[in-house]
Amino acid sequence: MSDSTDSVSEPTRSTKRNLLATLEIDTRLLGMIGAFIVVCLVFNFLTDGRFLTPRNIFNLTIQTVSVALMATGMVFVIVTRNIDLSVGSLLATCSAIMAMMQTVVLPDWMGLGLEHPLIAPMAILTGILAGAIIGAFHGWLIGYLTIPAFIVTLGGLFVWRNVAWHLTNGQTIGPLDSNFQLLGGINGTLGETWSWVFGALAVIATLYALIAARRSKVRHEFQVKPVWAEVVIGGIATVAILGFVAILNAYEIPSRRLERSFEDRGLTMPEGFTAGYGIPYSVVLLIVVAIIMIVLARRTRLGRYIFAAGGNPEAAELSGIRTRALTVKVFMIMGILCAISAVVASARLTFHTNDIGTLDELRVIAAAVIGGTALSGGVGTIYGAILGALIMQSLQSGMAMVGVDAPYQNIVVGIVLVLAVYVDILYRKRTGS
Amino acid sequence: MSSEIDRTGTPLVEMRNMRKAFGGIHAVDNVTIDLYPGEVVGVLGHNGAGKSVLMKMLSGALPRDSGEIYVNGEKAEINNPRDARNYQIETIYQYLALADNLDAAANLFLGRELTTPLGFVDDAKMEAETRKIMGRLTPNFRRFNTPVAGLSGGQRQSVAISRAVYFNAKILIMDEPTAALGVEETRMVAELIDELKKRGIGILLIDHDIHQVKALCDRASVMKNGKLVGTVEVDKVSEDDLLGMIILGKKPEMAA
Repeated sequence: MSDSTDSVSEPTRSTKRNLLATLEIDTRLLGMIGAFIVVCLVFNFLTDGRFLTPRNIFNLTIQTVSVALMATGMVFVIVTRNIDLSVGSLLATCSAIMAMMQTVVLPDWMGLGLEHPLIAPMAILTGILAGAIIGAFHGWLIGYLTIPAFIVTLGGLFVWRNVAWHLTNGQTIGPLDSNFQLLGGINGTLGETWSWVFGALAVIATLYALIAARRSKVRHEFQVKPVWAEVVIGGIATVAILGFVAILNAYEIPSRRLERSFEDRGLTMPEGFTAGYGIPYSVVLLIVVAIIMIVLARRTRLGRYIFAAGGNPEAAELSGIRTRALTVKVFMIMGILCAISAVVASARLTFHTNDIGTLDELRVIAAAVIGGTALSGGVGTIYGAILGALIMQSLQSGMAMVGVDAPYQNIVVGIVLVLAVYVDILYRKRTGS
Repeated sequence: MSSEIDRTGTPLVEMRNMRKAFGGIHAVDNVTIDLYPGEVVGVLGHNGAGKSVLMKMLSGALPRDSGEIYVNGEKAEINNPRDARNYQIETIYQYLALADNLDAAANLFLGRELTTPLGFVDDAKMEAETRKIMGRLTPNFRRFNTPVAGLSGGQRQSVAISRAVYFNAKILIMDEPTAALGVEETRMVAELIDELKKRGIGILLIDHDIHQVKALCDRASVMKNGKLVGTVEVDKVSEDDLLGMIILGKKPEMAA
């Protein structure tokens, strides 16, 4: 009890280490961002600069959203030492339910007619409800009936894929409601002005969070970073946010499309008029979900219990945590995220198809694992999983642009997954965490 | 030590006719023990004698087959760890019940987090409280922001003990609290037990070490094969008497 001597080795560390320690940056996150930048630069070189264009970055972000949304939920699932193999199939079922709601149930049975303003919100709510119920059911089978998660969700993989098929009689359903399609990506964006407003709000929120965290530490008389370190971090965040907005704004809407939108409103387009897409609604959705999930993970009891139960299930139980109910909640969150992801995926296609979300379970698990979620439980971050999804998508679309055939793409992605986990193991051994 | 304990009033805890069977094996068979305020009662016996099972029924970690638990003379319904906590029964487990991936403060408040008015966990406040309480018990402790996996056995133990102290335990169950500790750390735990006694806390101490029991406990309840051999005041028996009870199940004649 008296041998707490940890500050002894502090001065012997190198200055580089000290710089990172002063900034209190997660070195693992830094490594992932580094890997991501390397991937981008390599593909940019191989494609003669076509990879890092506003157009491709825009496409990359909207392609990442669906998997990234589910990956945030998969972090909770894996942190509690479970796995969910059914997310792709569950996505398909939710997508089928929402597609049938907006093309058959609401317009015909309920008599709202097509393109009624209530159709999109009601369809989305139904889908989310279905996702929540199915996810909670999985959680109940796992938590209360103690059937292993691997088996329950392997069963779910078969069941829900084909429930989706049954609901639609195996048909492709569409086109989907036009309001619904706004959440798909290119069909719904904030536009330049609102994108800047969004970016400015994000900067203000980030800086406020930094200041609030510092104040709270000062109030309890904890050590704080030097002010310059706070300023550096705030500066990097500001540049990153506004840079991202600038890039998405720089992707211009084709003039033919602009002309059409003016014509629809009975106007003629002024000479030389241009407009950028700005931030897609689906990306805004991902950012909102990510913030909610991060707050859930770090600032609520639920999140604390998820990590405690993953670190030591017995200790959690003995501390009075209802671990079985916790499993239900974790899988319910996963189900809800599958439904939200189904909105984005089907809206992007503008149709519900039978094979929607096929193999997504593997991409989602891979994204979470590349993002540093340990299958042994207790360790994982939401932002890591999103970055993992982004890295996977960059690899895949980069290879497609270079002209690598799909089978070879999958070979590379598979190798990268295994390699990423090995590097992670080495990293954890060296840092002893 | 034992002469100071007043056993005329209501016991802090009384476990009456406790039974627990696993399959056909009676792990705990009709055992009755009690504990008074400010008293340390050693629970002794070989491995498999049923000591841990008996304690787990009190801490709510295992449901009992039959038997009654009284806290301050009133019948207590303890069916899970949350119930036990409500009766201010805290347990320090042999294989320390800590989540290795969380820091000291998160572990200390696990299941009873302090929250802000908006309902979010208040990490800064919890860390401040942890610094206060752990500063009293282990003044040199500094590693508040690292996962407890990186702490020594003694540091981890002090997190567990701090938890019990912070939440005003009235009844403390310690399952071999010094098994993982060095000499110096063991001495600190002994001092801590003395301090807790003075505050009127009752302690049930599971231990294998006869010297330790003689030094720390007021009474000892010895179990063998799930049955209670007997309860004796440790000052009135020799170490050999205690060993006889543990090994042979033989109650010394002079025992109270």
